[in-house]
Amino acid sequence: MGDDMAESKVRTGTVKKKASKRAKKDWVAAYIFIAPVTLGLLVFYIWPFIQNVWFSFNEVNKFNMTSFVGMQNYTEMVQDKEMWTTFGNTLKYVICTVPVGLFLSICIAALLNSKIKGTSVYRTLYFLPSVTMAAAVAMVWKWIYNEKMGILNSVIRGMGGKGVGWLTDPKIALYMIMIVGLWMTVGYNMIILLAGMQGISKSYYEAAAIDGAGSMQQFFKITIPMLTPTIFFVMITSIISGFQVFDVVYMMIGKTNPAYTSTQTVVMLFYRQAFDYGHKGYAAAISILIFAVIMLVTVVQLWGQKKWVNYD
Amino acid sequence: MKSKSNTKKLFIHLALLLGVGITVFPFLWMVLTSFKTVGEAMQIPPTFFPKKFLTDAYTQIISALPFARVYLNTIISTVVTTVIQVLFCSMAAYAFARIEFPFKNAIFVLLLSVLMVPGQIFLIPQYQIIQKLGLLDTIPALFLPNLFSAFGTFLLRQFFMSLPKELEEAALLDGCNRYQIFWRIMLPLTKPGIVSLVIFTAKFAWNDFMWPLIVNTSPKMMTLGPALSTLQGQYTTKYPMQMAGAVMAVIPIIVLFFIFQKQFIEGVAQSGIKG
Repeated sequence: MGDDMAESKVRTGTVKKKASKRAKKDWVAAYIFIAPVTLGLLVFYIWPFIQNVWFSFNEVNKFNMTSFVGMQNYTEMVQDKEMWTTFGNTLKYVICTVPVGLFLSICIAALLNSKIKGTSVYRTLYFLPSVTMAAAVAMVWKWIYNEKMGILNSVIRGMGGKGVGWLTDPKIALYMIMIVGLWMTVGYNMIILLAGMQGISKSYYEAAAIDGAGSMQQFFKITIPMLTPTIFFVMITSIISGFQVFDVVYMMIGKTNPAYTSTQTVVMLFYRQAFDYGHKGYAAAISILIFAVIMLVTVVQLWGQKKWVNYD
Repeated sequence: MKSKSNTKKLFIHLALLLGVGITVFPFLWMVLTSFKTVGEAMQIPPTFFPKKFLTDAYTQIISALPFARVYLNTIISTVVTTVIQVLFCSMAAYAFARIEFPFKNAIFVLLLSVLMVPGQIFLIPQYQIIQKLGLLDTIPALFLPNLFSAFGTFLLRQFFMSLPKELEEAALLDGCNRYQIFWRIMLPLTKPGIVSLVIFTAKFAWNDFMWPLIVNTSPKMMTLGPALSTLQGQYTTKYPMQMAGAVMAVIPIIVLFFIFQKQFIEGVAQSGIKG
């Protein structure tokens, strides 16, 4: 009996020793596993983030030499009319595309959630624009919108109307860009919303049908409330990407376009300041502003969601 | 009753087909224009189908830009980014999901913080790093920062966490070390996650625009996106050529999409369920 005890003590001892040896081996293995990503992110993302914050308080010249200027970039930014215009354009873009995009993608998802044939073919076709290169697609749309020879104006003229300068009229060019943006993202968001709809338990609908609720009532009383977490997710991601529009605007609006000022977004301004004009310090301040605005909007959304998002 | 539900179905199909028309038309118009002559493309009123399907625009574009080179650059950049990023992410994801080690949570949170910041914040310093390394206008400039991804690490970690622990414990008792477990047991089991990340990364790398636009400015070193912008600037009114360029830029991803459509769509569908 005593021997047994002793033996088991020895055994647990060796097991413990083995375990700690194993743990140490595990640590080494774990550090080796995480080393590439961790070092890469430190060098190319985390340190650059800190540097960028520093740059925003400096003037950065062509040779990457910095000289401290305090808040100057920020005060300049607040007084910069161009910054306010681009910011206004971006805000307009977000305010228009997010609700319209949500509405359209919920509608299409609802139609695809009904018992009809060919849903997978529809799904595939609607998803197509979101996998293709924005730069290429923007070129095609620019050609469609072309004032003199574009197909859109040809159709309008064919019906007896007058051609419109879709991308050159400062009043409408931004809206035309929004259409392209929506065209690219609605299918993508629709897929997420459709998955959300398909995740709602059938028993809710069965119970509602027994109580005599029609399909419209079911949609507004069951589908939409149950879908609010997904709607929230899509909304947040759309807002964040809306604030960062670049490719399409860059491709569609040239510097000599009369609608140039009315279509420039903040990220366009950032790009021009940093890489065309070489004002890297000022551009860094703009990027901090973009970050701050996105953070602010996200925080407000997270706070506001309590009022309308259902989590069960 | 039956006929009522049939008319309802008909209306649903009509509404969906209208949407499909709007979705597909730009692609159709791109392809049709690319086979026309410049004169026919600019004709008023326009023809819908080309009078004759001509491939002139495609031969012109190949001689006008270093197009073959641009294509190759894009392929190399996409393949390198995807393979290395997925490998690095899966290694880190496994460790974060399954091994206990000091400072694990602190490191993980630090890496995740990258996800919350819009990409423009990193661009200027990243550009300077590439500049200091003397790598502007080279192939490595195209992929270097993209080899490391916080998003990919986070995504794959979820997949590793969903695997049963018993598998690993059995393998450890059998004397396998962590590297063998990762490579032989865990990695094959997370195939769906790996496929999702491969698709996501390949699509991102192929379509990426601002970064290659900034770092590689000589025509020979460009990728497809910025090259299209150059094409548009140089051949302002040669619409068939522009469209031919667009067709060639989107075709590889569209082919990939039709082959892996289930994985493409499922990967996206799941992103909302987590949220």
